Amino acid sequence: MSPIQTLRVALRAILRNKLRAFLTTLGIVIGVGAVIAMMAIGAGAKQRVEEAFAAMGTNVLIVLPGSTSSSGVHGGFGSLPTLTWEDVTAIRTDVGTVKSVAPTLRSSMPVIGEVQNWTTSITGTSPEYFDIRSWPIALGVGITQPDVDGGTKVIVLGQTVVDKLYGPNANPVGQAVRVGSTPFQVVGVAGRKGQSATGQDYDDAAFIPYTTFARKVQGGLGKYLQGSIMVAATSSDTTSRAQQDITALLRDRHHLAVGDDDDFSIRNLSEIANAQQQGTDTMTTLLASVAAVSLLVGGIGIMNIMLVSVTERTREIGIRMAVGAEPHHILIQFLIEALSLAVAGGVIGVALGVGLAVWLAARFQWPTLIQPDVITVSVAFSALVGIVFGIYPARKASQLDPIDALRFE
Amino acid sequence: MDEGRVIELTDVTKVYRTGDVELRALDGVSINVEKGEFVAVMGSSGSGKSTLMNIVGCLDRPTTGAYVLAGRRVSGMSRSELARIRNQTLGFVFQQFNLLSRTTALENVELPLEYAGIPAKARRSRATRALDRVGLAQRLHHHPNQLSGGQQQRVAIARAIVNDPKVILADEPTGALDSRTSVDVMAIFQELWRSGITIVLVTHEAEVAAFASRVVIMRDGRVVSDRTQQAKRAEPAPEATL
Repeated sequence: MSPIQTLRVALRAILRNKLRAFLTTLGIVIGVGAVIAMMAIGAGAKQRVEEAFAAMGTNVLIVLPGSTSSSGVHGGFGSLPTLTWEDVTAIRTDVGTVKSVAPTLRSSMPVIGEVQNWTTSITGTSPEYFDIRSWPIALGVGITQPDVDGGTKVIVLGQTVVDKLYGPNANPVGQAVRVGSTPFQVVGVAGRKGQSATGQDYDDAAFIPYTTFARKVQGGLGKYLQGSIMVAATSSDTTSRAQQDITALLRDRHHLAVGDDDDFSIRNLSEIANAQQQGTDTMTTLLASVAAVSLLVGGIGIMNIMLVSVTERTREIGIRMAVGAEPHHILIQFLIEALSLAVAGGVIGVALGVGLAVWLAARFQWPTLIQPDVITVSVAFSALVGIVFGIYPARKASQLDPIDALRFE
Repeated sequence: MDEGRVIELTDVTKVYRTGDVELRALDGVSINVEKGEFVAVMGSSGSGKSTLMNIVGCLDRPTTGAYVLAGRRVSGMSRSELARIRNQTLGFVFQQFNLLSRTTALENVELPLEYAGIPAKARRSRATRALDRVGLAQRLHHHPNQLSGGQQQRVAIARAIVNDPKVILADEPTGALDSRTSVDVMAIFQELWRSGITIVLVTHEAEVAAFASRVVIMRDGRVVSDRTQQAKRAEPAPEATL
């Protein structure tokens, strides 16, 4: 019997009981649909996290000063200034895996324009800052080295601050503002960067030279840096290496003995990104395994209905055997039938899953990402389910005794 | 071995065991059937004639004894080999017709050819010819439930002859038909017999056995009578050909 003929016989048998066939495949349909939709949503969420961290920079390290320790109570990292301005220079010049370094001093202060005022995060930093954060200047210029050297009173505004002080799409370059009581000149506007993964608005910020910040806000450029250091490694692959190198350098510079705790800490943003991704991965795996269970249940449904079908068609099996069907003909016929049910369920499930993912994406503005390999794997898996759960009924059919089968009423 | 011998049963027994009870359905049966014979096997129920039929039809295997069909030793063959023998050498006609429902007459007749691996086009033409031979050329695409009992049995006969078997085995082929239709069906068997096909037919009706050339009577798993006779000619009613 040719494969096409076998398939035709199987399809005809299935179509003889359309409702039953549909209900049988429903388990597979729901299972595959759920897998596709879950994986699409999971992949979308993962992509969103990746984008969020890419916006921060995957090769970025933040060096924070150490903690205070008085009477056994430890303050958090950054509570005690342990990083010196010389440390900044040393990291820049002595560590080969470091591309650029920017000190970041931060304080929340009101920026006062001619009409409006807006309290925002003021960052005192160096020209490298925008490079490290891959943050282009949209209008005017950024902070320059002469600004840092001279401690000039220039300011770069974030888009949100521009919106609040001047209205959307205004060009404030050349305008005068005050930060606290100190007058500054707006020299540039940073491009729109959007929100962080945690919903923080990156654009609600303003930037001035760190020398100016230290003098006007912190009362002078002392030995210690009252903030953190932002470091860009040469690439995202060398980030971990740079972290180790900086740790070694700073321990050496701070004369820490073996066994002493670090008096600083280094945050690796790519590690945080990895942790976030692992979280999404775990969630996706969990949802996918729930869906896989429903595929299993669908397989049991197919086995059940195939057993019923074999019993119902005992006489047909007997007739086929009498006219010359060999056991393997019968086996393949019922196996193809189970396989067709499972694959049909898988294909309908794919359509349902893709539809669901697209609908959810549109309805809730979730990011979804439909992966072709997930579709392939789901259909292949449902085919596997069909074979695994179809083999027992098919074997049972093929081993019927032709005489008993012919006599069966 | 005799060239013309189609069926050769030598001291065949078949024993069924249910718990401690032993039932000897066949108790040392030896029958030879020559090519071109029309044998009617008679006997009451429980005489062993159905068991004999199952063994001759390669649906069952003897407990002891030898069975040679068309020169091939069948006892000891595997299930697959038996299936191929049934497909190539035998044609079955049953009391209950045993056609596939919701399948056209043509497709029913094509079924043995499908398992024989005959290409679709050849299948179609051979099945059409077989149906033509039993007078159903006008009913190719009818389903069994659209056909009368006699017509259904003729489809079954067409299915039995479509793969050019050596022997046709008919198990009470007229058991579900009225007497008029029975004669029509027997006329077809006689026509096939005259064209050279060997026929073995199981019946409990003497009127049906009268159309055969040889009558074997069984009782309690043994052959009690085996004689040749002048076959009575079956005359189909003229209006009943279709």
